[in-house]
Amino acid sequence: MSENHTGDSVGGTGADDSAQVLRPHAEDAFAQELKALAAADDRPRPERWRLSPWAVATYLLGGTLPDGTLITPKYVGPRRIVEVAVTTLATDRALLLLGVPGTAKTWVSEHLAAAVSGDSTLLVQGTAGTPEEAIRYGWNYAQLLAHGPSRDALVPSPVMRAMAQGMTARVEELTRIPADVQDTLITVLSEKTLPIPELGQEVQAVRGFNLIATANDRDRGVNELSSALRRRFNTVVLPLPATPEEEVDIVSRRVEQIGRSLDLPPAPAGTDEIRRVVTVFRELRDGVTTDGRTKLKSPSGTLSTAEAISVVTNGLALATHFGDGVLRSGDVAAGILGAVIRDPAADRVVWQEYLETVVRERDGWKDFYRACREAGA
Amino acid sequence: MTGREQPLLLGVRHHGPGSARAVRAVLERYEPAAVLIEGPPEADALVALAADEAMRPPVALLAHVPADPGRAAFWPLAEFSPEWVAMRWALAHDVPVRFIDLPAAHSLALGEGEGEDEGNGGEGAAGADGRDAASRAREEAAEAAADRTAAPDPDPHRDPDPAPTPDRTAEARIDPVAVLAEAAGYDDPERWWEDVIEHRAHGDRQRSGSGGENESGSGSGLRGADPLAPFEALAEAMTALREAYGVGGHDRDLVREAHMRLRLRDARREFGDGVAVVCGAWHVPALARRTTVTADRQLLKGLPKVKPEVTWVPWTHRRLSRHSGYGAGISSPGWYGHLFGAPDRPIERWMTKVAGLLREEDYAVSSAHVIEAVRLADALAVMRGRPLAGLAEAGDAVRAVLGEGSDAPSALIHDRLVVGDVLGEVPESAPAVPLQRDITRSQRSLRLKPEAAERELDLDLRKETDAGRSRLLHRLRLLGVPWGEPARTRASTGTFRESWRLRWEPELSVRAAEAGIWGTTVEAAATAKAESDAVGTSTLADVTGLAERCLLAALPDALPVVMRVLTDRAALDADVGHLAQALPALVRSVRYGDVRGTDAAALGEVATGLAERVFVGLPPACTGLDADGAADMRNHLDATHHAVGLLDEGSAGRPGGLRERWAGVLRKLAERETVPGLLRGRAVRLLLDDGRLTPEDAERLMGLALSAGTPPAEAAGWIEGFAGGDAGGLLLVHDERLLALVDGWLADVPADAFTDVLPLLRRTFAEYDAGVRRSLGELVRRGPAGATGTATARGDQEAAIPGFGPGLDRDRAAAVLPTLRLLLGLPEGMDGARDMNRAGGGAGAAGSGNGNGTDGGRPGERTGVAG
Repeated sequence: MSENHTGDSVGGTGADDSAQVLRPHAEDAFAQELKALAAADDRPRPERWRLSPWAVATYLLGGTLPDGTLITPKYVGPRRIVEVAVTTLATDRALLLLGVPGTAKTWVSEHLAAAVSGDSTLLVQGTAGTPEEAIRYGWNYAQLLAHGPSRDALVPSPVMRAMAQGMTARVEELTRIPADVQDTLITVLSEKTLPIPELGQEVQAVRGFNLIATANDRDRGVNELSSALRRRFNTVVLPLPATPEEEVDIVSRRVEQIGRSLDLPPAPAGTDEIRRVVTVFRELRDGVTTDGRTKLKSPSGTLSTAEAISVVTNGLALATHFGDGVLRSGDVAAGILGAVIRDPAADRVVWQEYLETVVRERDGWKDFYRACREAGA
Repeated sequence: MTGREQPLLLGVRHHGPGSARAVRAVLERYEPAAVLIEGPPEADALVALAADEAMRPPVALLAHVPADPGRAAFWPLAEFSPEWVAMRWALAHDVPVRFIDLPAAHSLALGEGEGEDEGNGGEGAAGADGRDAASRAREEAAEAAADRTAAPDPDPHRDPDPAPTPDRTAEARIDPVAVLAEAAGYDDPERWWEDVIEHRAHGDRQRSGSGGENESGSGSGLRGADPLAPFEALAEAMTALREAYGVGGHDRDLVREAHMRLRLRDARREFGDGVAVVCGAWHVPALARRTTVTADRQLLKGLPKVKPEVTWVPWTHRRLSRHSGYGAGISSPGWYGHLFGAPDRPIERWMTKVAGLLREEDYAVSSAHVIEAVRLADALAVMRGRPLAGLAEAGDAVRAVLGEGSDAPSALIHDRLVVGDVLGEVPESAPAVPLQRDITRSQRSLRLKPEAAERELDLDLRKETDAGRSRLLHRLRLLGVPWGEPARTRASTGTFRESWRLRWEPELSVRAAEAGIWGTTVEAAATAKAESDAVGTSTLADVTGLAERCLLAALPDALPVVMRVLTDRAALDADVGHLAQALPALVRSVRYGDVRGTDAAALGEVATGLAERVFVGLPPACTGLDADGAADMRNHLDATHHAVGLLDEGSAGRPGGLRERWAGVLRKLAERETVPGLLRGRAVRLLLDDGRLTPEDAERLMGLALSAGTPPAEAAGWIEGFAGGDAGGLLLVHDERLLALVDGWLADVPADAFTDVLPLLRRTFAEYDAGVRRSLGELVRRGPAGATGTATARGDQEAAIPGFGPGLDRDRAAAVLPTLRLLLGLPEGMDGARDMNRAGGGAGAAGSGNGNGTDGGRPGERTGVAG
């Protein structure tokens, strides 16, 4: 979880010189490691895989090869999860990565594709407007008009290309795609074929083809997968950071990066406040206090790490522009309230219970309690 | 083959299904003349019961000291325990069985020390001595184990027995399985054990090749090759370990092994050399060692002794799991049972079982899901380099395929299948369990005879014996032995009295025997049962009820668990109604706790926490209710009010105290428009009764609620809330301004709405005493000022107090004066209009009294005095 990518990487042509681009693809950025792994890897590889499943797991989790090459961990989290994910791909079942925003779903999917197929660019970005063509194929209309329907006039989607070449395709934010478009995937995943009725042809997937989808499981207003589609996937849930330390670390680092780009001063004195925000978020999210003694109700919001980052950044901006420059309870209280209370009725009760039963009694949290009372009044 | 020179030393892992299977194979092949099993020799006489039809594992051998029921040790046996398998085989083949461990007479006497190890033998231990010894051993073990590869055998041991005080033994002992596993490069001993031993058998039988590592014969391990091979390999590994670790820092092992050797010698003398020994693998090297009888006897000399009794008791899978009290040390009894019971294809069968369970719980699971789950589990095993998918792989596959990434089904599966709910049974002919004896002893010492005839018993809890009786009865009730039923106390309502209806039915003895699995004394058993019940309760009110019973039964040890469950439930329960329902019982418990001298401080904290949650949740929960919901909520309001009063007695009035905050909540309710009138009226009334609202304020609020804009039904609700209940009538009788408001409002209700509010009003007023109703009627007839004007003034006219009927009925008032004078001790002749007026006002008893409520206090009480 040390890498926390919330943004979606943009699929490009992949032909650029990786040194020039703002953010090189995984397979370019870690080309050295992939090469070393491939050299050291003597285990059986599924057809068209660049590495054996074991080496893919090592690539993601990090380790040291016999020749001394150090493989950096790409994903810090339970080993079990990565093993299940890689094994799923090896059994030619599609993989669905679930998790709240900020749990490195996209990042894991990119690296998996890079390690398995050596290409992470066969990507469909899911949006509410994703058309069927993005998953099946489109047409080059000039060609179509000039020469009639033919394979030359057809513009294959990333999924179609992956099928034809036995590569790993990626679908980001699967649940944002309209339900009818999602269901196009059913044939692809169960029959492993993509018919082109206009030409009376079909594209059959060759061995090595597989698909990694990511989806956000706490979002509202998404299109739930139909159970027919859901059944084609093995599901792996990427967890939130396991320990408060990890999370504080992630939050501080990201806040600092964001702060720099906004010209906010660094907030060394604010670490306590960051810790407090992370503690509040974790406790409410987990439904139990950090000492494990009191259970709590969880609010309806996701309270992800990404939100904690935005609460702290906001607070920092408040402190800088309207306060004395030091991040204080009052600066984060309103932000926390906004993040926690998504449903005005139920969440408010949750929050007040938390305030009264946990925060009020906690040593050293008096100021925070007061600030929250004021913010909530 | 009985003619072997050497006894068959079968080192096993207690509760290892692979070991069990291997033991059975050896026994079938070699047909020993006698079977010796690690266990207390006192149990020899009980072996025959194992063949009884009514005996169903899991069961446990229980050795206890009748005079001291707390001193007991259990040797649990599951269906897949090698010891059990050996015993059943021997019984089926008419081969004698002997237990050879140190007699319970000694081990219980040594008891406290560390004794327990009974089973622990298995874990041999190397004491703290040494790190380097450890590493040395590791190498050797590596050879022994790894090479040998994975010895397919059974073995190691984990200890068998549950020791009575397992915690203590945990410290210095090294788990030989862990050492071997580490040598083989596994970080998890369980996994190593599964791979090398448990799965191997299946692998051999079903999937050739999966057990490739073991030389002893894949494919034919159990049939063709010598079934003894694995035991020999394991014994070698153990020998290496014991050379490195010595006896493992546990002197008790030496003594036990000396005893085992002696018993083994006896058996060889009696049955010849062809005997089989089933014991923890750790002990095998010691049994193989040649020592002299004298040396062994020497070790056994001077051991302390007690007089134990031994019996069979039912056991459960849950208790076999290491999470619970006496755990015999396996975390997945259900899984092991499955491995032992499944004839072939364990993973496929397991997944099918899982799918069945999930379907029962309404998860949509198709056969295709099962197929994919099996594939994923197998592929994971390959990826992880394991010979066969194990529990970990199965769990991961279930989560990814069947559970769609969620943990909920996994938790369910763990609880129901991996651990499982299997409950053993023991034939009735098994000797009485210590719990029964403890009950008998308590009955005797409390002079409380079990009689079949029903009788009543009144207890005065201030007396020692009676308190003891009450505790016993309460505890037995918790244990499901309802000897006494609490009866309504007849006269007194004091908390120090209890009434019981006693009746001892014969079936209660059976129930007592069943309750034996919970512990050996009534107190310990009731504590264990209460804890288990707490975890199993479904509603908050059940838990609070349980907490109350724990206090009544004086089970302070159970309280922490109950409290934890209680706070958890309270925290997660979103229904304020539940919380409010739970509060009174809890507060009562706090009070009882005080009366009985139990420490109820923790309870008080929990109750306070609960009250806080009610405070927070109540205002939002009071909006948008229909009539029934509002009526329920009014009861909650009353209950909470009462409970808060009791709870906060000590700190009454302290600013920031519970009462203060509760008053804040009530005030909020009273003024919030969206709250139903019933509740608003109630809140005002409660505040008024507590003196937190002046009559003027109450009047203002009532005026507001009854003003013309309010729908009549809503206003009638307000009146019901405010004036409902017995005392409400008196309030109206004595505060005529309030009565005037009601009267005025009622007169203004439009005719068509009147029939709607009539039932509501009727309900309110019907609750009053007849006398109160009459007084009210008279007051209204006489007519409050400014009301309907039909009232006829009687008696002398005086200037009316605002809102009151004109004048005072002097004649009637004068009639009480003599009595009043007598009561107050006033001298004769102090009467006169002035005095009379004052007195009349103070007593508020005269029919035309002008109790204008300037002191605002509690009209009810005032009247009580006067009456």
